[in-house]
Amino acid sequence: MGRIVLESVTKKFGNTEVIPPLDLTIEEGEFVVFVGPSGCGKSTLLRLIAGLEDVSSGVIKIDDNDATDLAPAKRGLAMVFQSYALYPHMSVRKNITFPLRMAGLSKAEQDERVTKAAEVLNLSDYLDRRPGQLSGGQRQRVAIGRAIVREPSAFLFDEPLSNLDAALRVGMRLEISELHKRLETTMIYVTHDQVEAMTMADKIVVLRAGNIEQVGSPLELYHSPRNTFVAGFIGSPKMNLIDGEEAAKYGAHTIGIRPEHISVSGSEGPWSGKVVVSEHLGSDTFFHIHGTGLADTITVRVDGEVNFKYGDRVYLTPRDDVIHKFDAEGLRIG
Amino acid sequence: MATQHSRSVARFMLAPAVILLLGWMLVPLTATLIFSFKKYLPLRGGDLGWVGFDNYVRFVSSSAFWPSVMATLTIIGSVLVITIILGIVLALLLDQPMWGQGIVRILVIAPFFVMPTVSALVWKNMFMDPINGILAHLWKFFGAAPVEWLTQASMQSIVMIVSWQWLPFATLILLTSVQSLDREQLEAAEMDGAPWISRFWHLILPHLARAITIVLLIQTIFLLSVFAEIFVTTGGAFGTKTLTYLIFQRVLESQNIGLGSAGGVYAIILANIVAIFLMRAVGKNLDS
Ligand SMILES: Nc1ncnc2c1ncn2[C@@H]1O[C@H](COP(=O)(O)OP(=O)(O)OP(=O)(O)O)[C@@H](O)[C@H]1O
Ligand SMILES: [Mg+2]
Repeated sequence: MGRIVLESVTKKFGNTEVIPPLDLTIEEGEFVVFVGPSGCGKSTLLRLIAGLEDVSSGVIKIDDNDATDLAPAKRGLAMVFQSYALYPHMSVRKNITFPLRMAGLSKAEQDERVTKAAEVLNLSDYLDRRPGQLSGGQRQRVAIGRAIVREPSAFLFDEPLSNLDAALRVGMRLEISELHKRLETTMIYVTHDQVEAMTMADKIVVLRAGNIEQVGSPLELYHSPRNTFVAGFIGSPKMNLIDGEEAAKYGAHTIGIRPEHISVSGSEGPWSGKVVVSEHLGSDTFFHIHGTGLADTITVRVDGEVNFKYGDRVYLTPRDDVIHKFDAEGLRIG
Repeated sequence: MATQHSRSVARFMLAPAVILLLGWMLVPLTATLIFSFKKYLPLRGGDLGWVGFDNYVRFVSSSAFWPSVMATLTIIGSVLVITIILGIVLALLLDQPMWGQGIVRILVIAPFFVMPTVSALVWKNMFMDPINGILAHLWKFFGAAPVEWLTQASMQSIVMIVSWQWLPFATLILLTSVQSLDREQLEAAEMDGAPWISRFWHLILPHLARAITIVLLIQTIFLLSVFAEIFVTTGGAFGTKTLTYLIFQRVLESQNIGLGSAGGVYAIILANIVAIFLMRAVGKNLDS
């Protein structure tokens, strides 16, 4: 259960086409992440799948049934909103049982499912509180609890962690991944945090202006981005994209080299420039280098502590075997 | 930002307004209190000296007192029920995206800007007149005998007029509250399989609770002093004599200022009891 297929789905708001014809298949049990810059239509796409927006044309199939005109409640999907969308006047228990009450489940069945969900999500001590009396992380868990008790065929998450602080986000990320392993239910997850995308996804869908730029596993996207947009979007820090003469040497219009694939030395290397910023993370160090004549800034990532200061002249050596080549349209060559 | 200095400047600047307001309230209040302990008949001997609590006892023991309390409560209760129910309906309708929203909203608010006397006159002469009123024509159109609204259904007529005046206020407050409801909550409920009526009952109504309490509080206090609508239409006849109207009659028609003032003090006490109750309710609402 939980196979979702979109066939030439489009969405227009008035005259602006937010989603041009789009095809996508989400397999049963997959963890799919939608990433893309702000305003590219990630939320819209998720809401189309949820049924909260009507498609302008095209077909949405859930488990091989046409769900295009089905009401949201009838699609068997559960959604976790960015704002959590908890019901403020109800206790946590009431919040979680709300979908069950609406489905007319017996009291005993409701209690059983709440108890189970509360155990899984560490909410047992908070069941009688109101959402207003919970921390951000706890609220997020309640929202997830409300979704899992319904035993949906797929979960939809719209940037569920973006309101949490960094430490909590890492924790919740793991919890959601674990939940996915345990439930083996399809999950569609929207984010613009690419660390979330890389770490959680079975399959990443990169969107730009409603178009799918590439679909693939995180490592596929990392190792062979289909075009310069995906190349620049996946990976942190961003891949260096170099045009012109240097690229021509490799027989390409543009070449891309990831910061971790360039080595730095104080004495020798084919490229050289001046350090303008060095960021020391302890585990590794990022250098931003100007004046190479290749691109405005070249970013380099080296393991551990390497000491170059502002203004130091450094020499760079790219690893030739991992250089990405793109043609004039920005598409990958080879 | 409020330093000691700026705070004292602020107090100084506020003083004239506060003093004016206090004077505005305190002078009539004190006058009423003083008169209520006097036998004061302007046309029959003037100030006839102090009489203690005589006026207070006479006011409540008069046969008109309890009926007037009942009439007041009936008007307040019915108007509150009507304005809140219709206000919620209108607020929900006005919240829907529609063509000409701005104009429709202004039209809905318009009755609030009509003076009570004027609106009562309009209702009396243009709607409820048994010969020329629009309602009479409507009744005749359907072959029914026109209703003599103000004599046959006087209480209902007054409730109708006052509700018409206060509906915009209730709608406006409730509309702002409806608009502040988080859309994602409604969408979440929709996905949870809640039909419209459950969404209304479990989400919208609890969200509106505070606004409803505020409407209750403010309207009750203003409705206690409804006067022009009664004066213009029934003149207090046919069981529409409210407490306020009774006081008016005591002072102006029977020219007994002492007795009227005692009634006035009762009215002040009543209004304050209501206010305290409702403040508590609002406070409780704000806590949760
Ligand atoms: N109800 C609407 N009416 C008109 N335009 C809309 C509506 N909802 C979204 N849009 C437009 O559709 C585009 C995609 O919006 P969407 O919310 O899907 O972006 P997103 O990828 O989720 O962005 P973010 O990462 O900032 O959440 C935006 O340009 C937005 O302005
Ligand atoms: Mg979004």
